[in-house]
Amino acid sequence: MQLFPCPFCGPRPETEFHYGAEAGNLRPDGAEVGADRWAGYLYMRANPKGATREIWVHMTCGEFFAMERDTIDHKIGRSLALGENAE
Amino acid sequence: MTRRYSAFSLFREGIAGQKGWEPAWRSPQPRKTYDLLVVGGGGHGLATAYYLAKNHGITNVAVLEKGWIGGGNTGRNTTVVRSNYYYPESVALYGLAHRLYESLSDELNYNVMFSQRGMVTLCHSVAELEVAARLVNAMQINGTDAELFSAEDVRRVLPNYNFAPEARFPVFGGVWQGRAGTARHDAVAWGYARAASRLGVDIVQNCEITEFIVEGGRCRGVETKRGSIRADRVGMAVAGHSSVLAAKAGFRLPINSYALQACVSEPVKPILDTVVLSPGTGVYASQSDKGEIVIGGGLDRVPSYGQRGNLPTLESVIAGLLEMFPAFGQLKLMRQWAGIVDVVPDSSPIIGESPLPGLFLNCGWGTGGFKAIPAGGTLLAHLLATGRHHDISRPFDLDRFATGRLLDEAAGSGIAH
Amino acid sequence: MTAARLSAGGSAIDRSRPVSFSFDGRIVEAFEGDTIASALLAADIAVVGRSFKYHRPRGIWGAGVEEPNALVDVGGSQRAAPNTRATTQPVCAGLVSTSVNASPNAAADRNAFIDRFARFIPAAFYYKTFMWPDWHLFEPRIRAMAGLGKVDPNWKSRGPAEFAEQINHHCDVLVVGAGPAGLAAARLAAAAGKSVMLVDEQYRPGGSLLHRDAQIDGAPAAAWVEETVAVLEAAGHPVLSSTTAFGIYDHNLVGLNQRHHDGRPDTLWRVRPRRVVLATGAIERPLPFADNDLPGIMSADAALVYLRRYGVLLGRRVVVATNNDSAYEVSGALAAAGAEVALVDLRADALPMPAGVSPHVGRAVVSALGRMRVEGVRLDDGTTLAADSVVVSGGWTPTVHLFCQARGKLAWHEDRASFLPGDTVEGIAVAGALAGAVSLSDVFGTVERAAASFAESKTGLPRSTGTEATGAIMPAWPVPGAKGRVWIDYQNDVTAKDVELAARENFVSVEHLKRYTTLGMATDQGKTSNLAGLALMAGITGRAVPEVGTTTYRPPFTPVPLTSFAGAVGGELMSPVRRLPLENVHRASGAVFQEYGGWLRPAHYGGTDADADAVIRDEALRARGSVALFDGSTLGKIEVMGPKAAEFVDFIYYNTMSTLKPGRCRYGFMLSENGVVFDDGILIRLDEHRFIVSCSSSHVGAVHARLEEWRQDRFGRDAVYIHNATAEMATLTVSGPRSKALVEALGLGLPLDDAALPHMAIGKGTFGNDPVRVARVSFTGDRSYELSIRADRAKPLWAVLQESGKAFDAATIGLEALMILRAEKGYIVIGKDTDGTTMPHDLGVDGPRQKRGSDYVGRRSLFTDVATADYRLQFVGLRVADGEAPLSTGAHAIAKPEGAIRSQGFVTSSYHSPILRRPIALALIERGATRHGETIDLQHLGMLRRATIVAPCAFDPEGGRLNA
Repeated sequence: MQLFPCPFCGPRPETEFHYGAEAGNLRPDGAEVGADRWAGYLYMRANPKGATREIWVHMTCGEFFAMERDTIDHKIGRSLALGENAE
Repeated sequence: MTRRYSAFSLFREGIAGQKGWEPAWRSPQPRKTYDLLVVGGGGHGLATAYYLAKNHGITNVAVLEKGWIGGGNTGRNTTVVRSNYYYPESVALYGLAHRLYESLSDELNYNVMFSQRGMVTLCHSVAELEVAARLVNAMQINGTDAELFSAEDVRRVLPNYNFAPEARFPVFGGVWQGRAGTARHDAVAWGYARAASRLGVDIVQNCEITEFIVEGGRCRGVETKRGSIRADRVGMAVAGHSSVLAAKAGFRLPINSYALQACVSEPVKPILDTVVLSPGTGVYASQSDKGEIVIGGGLDRVPSYGQRGNLPTLESVIAGLLEMFPAFGQLKLMRQWAGIVDVVPDSSPIIGESPLPGLFLNCGWGTGGFKAIPAGGTLLAHLLATGRHHDISRPFDLDRFATGRLLDEAAGSGIAH
Repeated sequence: MTAARLSAGGSAIDRSRPVSFSFDGRIVEAFEGDTIASALLAADIAVVGRSFKYHRPRGIWGAGVEEPNALVDVGGSQRAAPNTRATTQPVCAGLVSTSVNASPNAAADRNAFIDRFARFIPAAFYYKTFMWPDWHLFEPRIRAMAGLGKVDPNWKSRGPAEFAEQINHHCDVLVVGAGPAGLAAARLAAAAGKSVMLVDEQYRPGGSLLHRDAQIDGAPAAAWVEETVAVLEAAGHPVLSSTTAFGIYDHNLVGLNQRHHDGRPDTLWRVRPRRVVLATGAIERPLPFADNDLPGIMSADAALVYLRRYGVLLGRRVVVATNNDSAYEVSGALAAAGAEVALVDLRADALPMPAGVSPHVGRAVVSALGRMRVEGVRLDDGTTLAADSVVVSGGWTPTVHLFCQARGKLAWHEDRASFLPGDTVEGIAVAGALAGAVSLSDVFGTVERAAASFAESKTGLPRSTGTEATGAIMPAWPVPGAKGRVWIDYQNDVTAKDVELAARENFVSVEHLKRYTTLGMATDQGKTSNLAGLALMAGITGRAVPEVGTTTYRPPFTPVPLTSFAGAVGGELMSPVRRLPLENVHRASGAVFQEYGGWLRPAHYGGTDADADAVIRDEALRARGSVALFDGSTLGKIEVMGPKAAEFVDFIYYNTMSTLKPGRCRYGFMLSENGVVFDDGILIRLDEHRFIVSCSSSHVGAVHARLEEWRQDRFGRDAVYIHNATAEMATLTVSGPRSKALVEALGLGLPLDDAALPHMAIGKGTFGNDPVRVARVSFTGDRSYELSIRADRAKPLWAVLQESGKAFDAATIGLEALMILRAEKGYIVIGKDTDGTTMPHDLGVDGPRQKRGSDYVGRRSLFTDVATADYRLQFVGLRVADGEAPLSTGAHAIAKPEGAIRSQGFVTSSYHSPILRRPIALALIERGATRHGETIDLQHLGMLRRATIVAPCAFDPEGGRLNA
């Protein structure tokens, strides 16, 4: 069982969290977006092996946040509330 | 050297001390060029090589495997073979695999122990029974075997299930596929490897791909830890690592990688005769010929490339199993492991040419790649040999994500998501 | 007699408390403290089991968890437990044990003949045969032969009181292994002020100090063990015996399984330590010689355990065979206990021979003699030594399992003939034999290093003051081409020849070796066999051992009862159902409950299984005739408020919602980003900046999650606020021609005339002192009022409704009747009448798709190739000929283009309509909206029916009853 740091509640067991998405997948608005671009937003993923940045939700407090994580060894880096992101 | 496997050759070799068997497959040094390359020495890759040789007569082929053949998901799955799918496209695909499995031992002269013990998918409510009826009708219309089981039918095949009145997941019936069952996973990889090797295919282990050779916008081969290897077309069947190779080739796939755990109990005398899946608990189980209860459940919560088990998922899977079969509370867990699966939004595989011309995909099988090995091999071989889709693989092309023509079996079962 | 209990000695047993139990039907006398294995040895029972494949007779090899041979099914006074290690199971009165994989018993197994055919069925033979005529002819017999122990199908856990306990524990330092290293490490950590937990899989702490000669700080080691445990326990640090650390998981979470010996199920501990000290020791290996699996051949260390802890002398004439120093103490002890001991050492320049031991140095055992038990050995110089038992030490394999599970890498040490930890893992230290120490002084040295990170001071680090053990070893691996059958994996019957066969057939990678031969895949997971197999493969293929590599070490270290993992999670604790505030009131009214989308709701009121249909139809009919009362409390009530609330709901819904006037309601769809209808329901606008999303009962959680996601991702926390009030309010529905009259009779204090409260409007009333929200929305097609009130005040309102309702012939209806009523109107249920491909225009709602200019969830997906295709499944009604039975839900419409049958859609809902006195059905049919009037074929379980495509609404298509 991994411990994830919720920016609001501190470290909590993984079972309280739900994976959202890869960070930085911005929604292209409008009905005129090209089919490939829309498919890219909906479906295409970098799915990196190693360091990554993801959106998670802590289900017990309901807050979404961004978290740095390694997909191989499961080491956890920073977690930031949405809007806190420097980038 | 003894080549052919049979009771007689075993007897003869028994007399001779088992010393005359030839290697199951050759391990040659890779050449600099081949007609075709297959990246990934799991079931799909080895089957692709075999069908290239057998169906298309192309034997100047190498299978490049990062580690040892069959060491990925082929050797980590729960060995279920079934074709109980809803959409005709899916039935065509998995039905092809299912039929090929039925004759695979003969075809490969390798006993893959395809054991058609039947599989029952339980229904825990009237609503589930209605959806089950929809599925059974679709399967029958699409030409595969299916029966709608009553609760009494389920009791007949699963006498040890929890039929207590207070059971959390009562049984209202189920979907039965009698031709479904399990096969010996390692044997499928080894059998294809042996047969392909005999037809002249080179199987190269410990040969990791570092990058693709791209010339004129086309894939012309691969750089490996054992040097560069060139070919006209390259196929990849690297379940669990598809996105990693896609990144090397410069494109993205609609895939997230997750760990899928499985575990086995200690071996016991026969207690579970069929494959069973409970949608309520998300747990499926069967008993291997060795006597172990083979147990699987849902994906881990966390996208991952770490091939290791964890406690939270294991605990919920085991709790589900004991809810289904209280008597299994006597058993002990012997081994727990995980494989990395390609999870695709519509849970259907991706077969077809990649955005990098000359590179062909066989990926995205999610948790169900093992059952499809013969079809995945047949179809990727067809693509590599002809450059064109087989009718069965056409609907599974990567282009379906842009057209929206997804093949979501869960959607077919009434789940909006 | 050969093995026997000595008249004195045995630190583990209490000779004043005799216990008897049974083994294979025979009564065995033992003492409290005995294991099944020590008691069987004391009773001189040599054959305790049969091997998996060849049914070879097998005796007790070890004294701990590595035991490959002595597996028994336990029952009787104990919890039923197949495949229990006799070496770790304490005896107790009334325990019944049965050898596994033997029939009728281990001593006389009727399948023993299989061993005579072993040469024809080597490793992996099954891949080469059983193909003709058909595997299915052979498989049943093979299955019946396979498996070890037996599961009792009638076994039942005796209820929640017997659920395995599961404990979460945090500590600074977790020490795994309570041998000298672990004890010393725990004591150092405690002295440094850390919170410590010390666990050991044996029945008491001490490890090798319980049977090996040692002096610590000038006194016998036993005294130091006792003192250390006392110090730890006095300071409140848990010291757990009979507790196996079976797995290290992500972030160094350690799983422990604690065995109890009082009939309770085992306990699972999830320990989250800041640091872990692994002091897991080492396991003794067998020596490779022909027939080294005969009963009576035992690990030398185990022989010493049985002698010193249980007072059992293994034999009168004992051959000790070794390649290392550790067996010398054993030889001396056996001789001192009265055995005639011959010591065969592979090495010529060995340690001084213990007193009374006859030496055979520079010699190797090449084969064991005997059939059902060992009778002697033959040496490489041809001499034979008679013996009634043979104890062997082929060296020690450090227990690296947990270290490797934690992703530690190993390094090969040729001088020690073993793998040791070769790198460091964050948060984990190794000590003792696992760190390569042999002598006690070295052990404490490794402890000092391991403790460096958490204990500044070395105060309390013990000193070894006795004779120090030495660890010189000459590797003795199986070699290719050896004569006879040299057994490597005892339980799975893998011999050196099998490894050679694997190599010959190119299964040379370590994982191929394991899988092809099954070496290391038995219930002992190869604890005594893996390294020998590796070394042999290295020898055959001309590689060094580390080039062959090691297999992955997977949890659990030893088998763990499934009950430990399940804990109390079962039944409703596994998957709770949601319950209505008025559940007990409904039960008192005779409601029959069913689960719908996670909620337990009244299906109908009164009736039995046999007449349920009639009861449901009566409810539906009375609802149309007078007035129906229905508990709709499960309906979603998610409040959306804030300055951007209107903009938010516009984006969330397919339909434009911002034009809704305060006090009014609108029906709409929520889509997923892929354009599929995810939910439908009513949106209520309370005021300018406040809405209530009334979503489907079973989707409340998911809708709430999606709203939150869009809120936080797109609108910001300050712009919109979302509150799920579903469980706070009960919703009681009054529907039917006389509903207005009944609601008026309640005196809620709000005007109910259609001008003041038209269809799709809300009003505010009061019931007693409590506000009641009255919404005129309808899921029946009749005039309806939804009365929402604080959940804890629903009971009196429901009671008044019931009482007042009598005057209006009110019928209380369950969900089944409601389903008929809504189907008569062609109202959909998402997930039943739609599937995961259904888009809004498939349901006949194309306006927003055509006209809306602003963006909304799922919009772009409504214009993909597939969304605009002409073959989409569209929502329709189906009508069968008069007098026919209802269609079956799930039946498929079929077409036969060019002879091939294919599906054209399916029936989603089907009922007998009591008001129409005929069947009604809803369906999704290919191009259905354009095919009204067409008659189609439907197939259900092989049977064909015909039906005509009609509009979905079968009752009151003009909608007059909404205002009637």
